[in-house]
Formats: sequence, C-alpha cells, structure tokens
Amino acid sequence: MQDITRNLSSRRDLLSMTGKTLSLAAVSLVIGREIKTASAADLSQDIAILNAAIALEHEGIAAYQIAATSGLLQPAIVDIGVAFQGHHKGHRDILVKAVETLGGTPAIEKSLEEYARNIKAETLKNQTDVLRLALDLERGAANAYLGLIPSLGNDFHQIAAQMAADESFHAAILANALGEPIPKAALLFG
Amino acid sequence: MKRRLNIMLYVCAVLMSGEVFANDAAKSEGTVPMQMISEGDSVPPNAVSDEQRVKNEKLYRQRCGACHALDSNRIGPRHRDIYGQKAGSVSGFNYSEALQNLDVIWTDVTLDEWLKNPTAFAKGTSMGFRLRKASERKAVIQYLKSLSRYSE
Ligand code: HEC
Repeated sequence: MQDITRNLSSRRDLLSMTGKTLSLAAVSLVIGREIKTASAADLSQDIAILNAAIALEHEGIAAYQIAATSGLLQPAIVDIGVAFQGHHKGHRDILVKAVETLGGTPAIEKSLEEYARNIKAETLKNQTDVLRLALDLERGAANAYLGLIPSLGNDFHQIAAQMAADESFHAAILANALGEPIPKAALLFG
Repeated sequence: MKRRLNIMLYVCAVLMSGEVFANDAAKSEGTVPMQMISEGDSVPPNAVSDEQRVKNEKLYRQRCGACHALDSNRIGPRHRDIYGQKAGSVSGFNYSEALQNLDVIWTDVTLDEWLKNPTAFAKGTSMGFRLRKASERKAVIQYLKSLSRYSE
C-alpha cells in the first residue's frame, strides 16, 4: 500500500502503475476464464473415463451371463458367478449415476452376442476354461481401475479404488478355485 | 472352539515360519528384463525371444486385457497392427473426439508418451489407464510392435 502512494509521485510511475493494474486485471480475467474452461474440460474428461468403466462393467455382466448359461459350470460355481455379477451390476449403477450427475450420457451395452464374440466365448470348453477367462477379466479389471485413478478427478478416486478392491476379491476367489498358488511378492495388483 | 484354536495356531506357525511372507521382491512380476533387439540382417529388428514374448504377452493381458483384445473392439479398439498406424483409425470402433483428432502415428516414442499419461497426451480421451513403470511400457510396446505388419 505504502509503495503505491510513493510511486504515484511521478507521471511516468503513474502510467506504468496503470499499465500494471490493467495487465493484472487482464491476467485475472484470463485466468478466471481458464479456470472455468479447465473445470468444464475436467468434467468431460471424467465423463469419458467413467464411461469406459461403464463399458467394462457391461462386458463383465455379460461375461457372467454367458458363463452362467453355458451349461459348463457346476451349480455351486454358478452361484458364485451370479453373486459376482451382482457386484458388477452395482458398479454399473454407481457409475451410471456418476456420469448422469456430471451431465453426461452413460455408455449403453452391446448385444450379448457381440460380447460373446469379443470374449471368444466359443473357445470355452469346460469349467476350467470359464474360470480362467473370469480370472483374466477380473484381474485385468482390478489393474484397470487402479491405473485410471490418477487420471480421474479427486471425487472419484475412492470409488475407483473400491471397485478395484471388489475385482481383486473376485480374482482371489477365482484363483483359489483354479488352485493357483498365493503370489509371494507384495503389491499383487496395479 | 478347540478346532478354531488349532487353526489359529497353525496360521501363526505358518506366518512365523516365514513361508507365506518370504521376502521375494526380486521375483516381482513388475520387473521386465531389457529389450533384446537383434541388429543382424537375417533377423527382423522387432524380433524378440520366445521367452520374452511370453512374458510380454502375459503383462499385456494383465495390464491391457480388461479393455483390449488383439482382434476385437471391446472397451478399447483392437490392437493387432496398431503399431505404425495413425491414431484413431481402427474401423468399427467408436473413438472419442480427442482420438479422432489426434494426428499421431503410433511408434515407440508416441506409445510411451501415451501410456505414461493418455489424458495429457490427448485431452478428453476415454482411456484413463496409465502404465506407470517404464519397463512395463517398454515390454507392452515391444509386444504391440511384434504384432504389427506396420512395425518397420
Ligand atoms: C480401462 C480400459 C482400458 C485399459 C486398461 C487400457 N485401455 Fe487402451 N484404450 C481404451 C479406450 C477406451 C481407448 C479409446 C480411447 C478414445 O477413443 O479416446 C483406448 C485406446 C488405446 C490406444 C489408441 C488406439 C488407436 O486406435 O489409436 C492404444 C494404443 C491403447 N489404448 C493401448 C493400450 C495399452 C497398451 C494398454 C495396456 C498397457 C491399454 N491401452 C489399457 C481403454 C483402455
């Protein structure tokens, strides 16, 4: 404050001060606008990433549907699959709600036939094949969620981590059903 | 009750014996040996040993396999022949605007940047997945390269 009064003593200083004031005002305008555009961009960035996660959950739900109706599984294994599918439906619902809240349009699911083709369902010959595929998808999904946390806005970090935890729970059960040994090194995912 | 106690004792014994928590960090799957590229004329430059290829494929399945396949469009586009091609050019895949407008050919360098931080490389992309470890990026890129007829 004191400095300003002193600077006003000469005309040149006054001019330069005005210049500074103006440019400061201009800068804050620009920054203000940039902050606004940035947050809009961040919102649509989150929508895009969350929609990819919805697509992932759609595929997971379909994969368990295909598995449960394949006739390749023992009833007890079908029950496990149905429970896991329920978790994936829960994830989907949460993600759909999040995308809608952000003003986006949630990704829609493809046909069951298309999912069957994409995951090469025709190559599944027995229960072990099905369990292997499920394990691959769940392990991949756990890693996928962990890997996209840093790209998501802070608001979604915890939910993405929770979903990664659910997928790793599924992976653990499936690996155990397949008789896989417990991995020795820490940080099993991510 | 007695049985539960026995189980607990057993678990403690196993824990104390160190079998379960053996310090085995050296075996971590995260470490991928250096790329082996032959400079010889008779071997294509992107040739890798079978062993390396198996490792790369496993890593690819674990890191990318939730969303990508080699021959079908899933959450992300199919990956065969993507190396050496322009971004956003797989037919039948519904790309984000960011990828459609991305004027980039996929090479060692561009793929590395992309996998490090896709949303910084192409703001607005629907791929948020980052591959943090440089060694893993290298292995996965090597794998994609080995599967492309545009890799020269
Ligand atoms: C969570 C799902 C997900 C995971 C995991 C994932 N991707 Fe993607 N990937 C996508 C999506 C979705 C796109 C399309 C992006 C767009 O349209 O903006 C994509 C696009 C790409 C592209 C650009 C393709 C093109 O046609 O230009 C490459 C290359 C790629 N991914 C490589 C990888 C690799 C390598 C990995 C594993 C290290 C990986 N991705 C893991 C979802 C994923």
